[in-house]
Amino acid sequence: MTLVLSQFFTGISIGAVLLLIALGLSLTFGQMNVINMAHGEFIMAGAYTTYVLQQVISDAGVSLLIALPIAFAVAGLMGVALEWLLIRRLYTRPLDTLLVTWGVSLILQQVARDIFGTPNVQTRAPDLLTGNVKLFTSADGVELTIANNRLFILLLVVLAIGALTMALRFTSLGRRIRAVVQNRDLAAVSGIPTGRVDRLTFFIGSGLAGIAGVALTLLGPIGPTMGTNIIIDAFLVVVVGGIGQLKGSVIVAFTLGVLQSSVEYLTTLSVAKVIVFVAIVAFLQWRPQGMFTLRTRSLA
Amino acid sequence: MSRFRGRRLMACSAILVAAVALTACGSKTGEGATGAGVTADTSGDTVKVGLLNSLSGTMAISEVTVRDSIKLAVEEINAAGGVLGKKIEPISEDGASDWPTFAEKATKLIKEDRVVAVFGCWTSASRKAVKPVFESNKALLFYPVQYEGLEQSPYIFYTGATTNQQIVPGLDYLKAQGKKTVYLVGSDYVFPRTANKIIKAYAAANGMTVLGEDYAPLGSTEFGTITNKVKASKADAVFNTLNGDSNVAFFKEYKSAGLTAATMPVVSVSIAEEEVKSIGTQYLADQLTAWNYYQTTPGAANDKFVKAYKAKFGADKPTSDPMEAAYVSVYLWKAMVEKAKSFDVEKVKAASDGITFDAPEGLVTIDGATQHISKTARIGKIGADGLITEVWNSGQPVKPDPYLKGYPWAAGLS
Repeated sequence: MTLVLSQFFTGISIGAVLLLIALGLSLTFGQMNVINMAHGEFIMAGAYTTYVLQQVISDAGVSLLIALPIAFAVAGLMGVALEWLLIRRLYTRPLDTLLVTWGVSLILQQVARDIFGTPNVQTRAPDLLTGNVKLFTSADGVELTIANNRLFILLLVVLAIGALTMALRFTSLGRRIRAVVQNRDLAAVSGIPTGRVDRLTFFIGSGLAGIAGVALTLLGPIGPTMGTNIIIDAFLVVVVGGIGQLKGSVIVAFTLGVLQSSVEYLTTLSVAKVIVFVAIVAFLQWRPQGMFTLRTRSLA
Repeated sequence: MSRFRGRRLMACSAILVAAVALTACGSKTGEGATGAGVTADTSGDTVKVGLLNSLSGTMAISEVTVRDSIKLAVEEINAAGGVLGKKIEPISEDGASDWPTFAEKATKLIKEDRVVAVFGCWTSASRKAVKPVFESNKALLFYPVQYEGLEQSPYIFYTGATTNQQIVPGLDYLKAQGKKTVYLVGSDYVFPRTANKIIKAYAAANGMTVLGEDYAPLGSTEFGTITNKVKASKADAVFNTLNGDSNVAFFKEYKSAGLTAATMPVVSVSIAEEEVKSIGTQYLADQLTAWNYYQTTPGAANDKFVKAYKAKFGADKPTSDPMEAAYVSVYLWKAMVEKAKSFDVEKVKAASDGITFDAPEGLVTIDGATQHISKTARIGKIGADGLITEVWNSGQPVKPDPYLKGYPWAAGLS
């Protein structure tokens, strides 16, 4: 029983990491029809930001907290630059955005290699986050513990979802974003500056990738290719959840996490990956539009 | 007609060029060529040796330091007058952590640079990729990293540990500590899978139980489930054959789960001083490693090696087992050449048996039959300063036994 619970929590925490990455993608890919392959490199930028800050500020806890807003800004500004320089010229050609952002992603990886060197680097986690919370000990002596760093990531995800939902629902920027998503032309003739809205959306979406990067430094090494390793899973979350649907991303991310960890427990890591992929393919055969779909009056 | 004549002209000139090239080769050829191999160029005042390491990609972190220590040995030998009166000229190539690239660069070193020997490779995958290249060209490779054994090539000298010099002593140590149950965690490729096969055979014969066995793809960073399984197994110890960066994620997760060296020690066979430094000592404190050499290994030869390495590459750079094995391999090659009084590969090989060297790890001896070397096995404990201190050693060099013929329990392995 303890094991089932601890596996369940492992699944939830895998899902949380996925979701943190998918949230930003859901905005840029889902809401704007841009397949941003460079999203993984924004994650990397967030992770390296954490690393650099830790070189400057030796207190691991302080540097981690400062890293959160700074990584958000760094990755966000990179997103804005990408949007302004390249993507806005390609809004009507989604497949071209895939190629262009893939090129950008390769360039960014090489830039990271040139700046930080080819070997991966690590950050020290604050002492508080290296421990765990003991929930209870089962009859056979197995403790149920929850790792503090995983709890911290879960908290980050909850905060990010909350902030994003509030922003989309209650702010004027959120209303504009939703308007542009539903009908870009109508939004434009209604006086909404769609270009500026696009840029802001990109800023938020990419910034969330930066936050995800900070979170990932708590789990593993930081390297030029860290983004590519995880971005495919995040794309799956967005597609399976239904394009442009935050609710879908949330449900699918946690479902995939728990599915992955349970299958992995019964088989092995490699087999679990295969089975999860097969399950996704099967699901998309049955529901190609994803779990949730956007109802819109536009014909596009 | 003119086209036809042009073609004939081209054919003629091609034959001419080939003939010139052949005579050039012939005149440059050193001592008598044997077999169909490419003959190394030993005609000048210098001889070239190849350095084949990953200087970029995921393995660069480990292999650059190996390249550096080979260079150090070459410089020392040159400063002392070279080999057979000739200076050594190192030609360094980047294998880029990519196995086909390793094979390509090995061919280049042998055929274009016409080196007398090549030093390098790290992963078993890269060694397996270059093995046919060295065998078909009858050229020499010195391989400096511990590996899974069960291999022997007439054109490779193995100066790292084989299983009976590292993994078996590691298991002996656990057994002596009263550890009855182990859990195996490794990367999903040839070295850990073969090593774990050997560990399971050992356990079956020595009253130990393997409670579980899990593999993660190379470069994997998600260890939540594996750690849960390890923890639930309540094993006495973990035997870790993870390679590279996965160790960072694994040890972070291990500590987060509340597991420590006191509750469930981990014996690692791929983490040396260089990796310890980058993983972070806070995650590794008091965990165990099995190697043949540590920076802290006592002895005058090691003091000299550590001092020379730090003087050349920086006071904060640690020395590690594969670096030492690479350094030693250059000196062993020198001794072999001097005994053979020739750079010829077959003569050098014939001279190899019984050659000894006072290495930083202690006395090592080449076993001509297997082309491995005798090495002292050492178990170490990782300290808070990132250095590893020895807690046990085999007392004397262990004879290499790559196919574990001396161990009845290993009879079924191949």
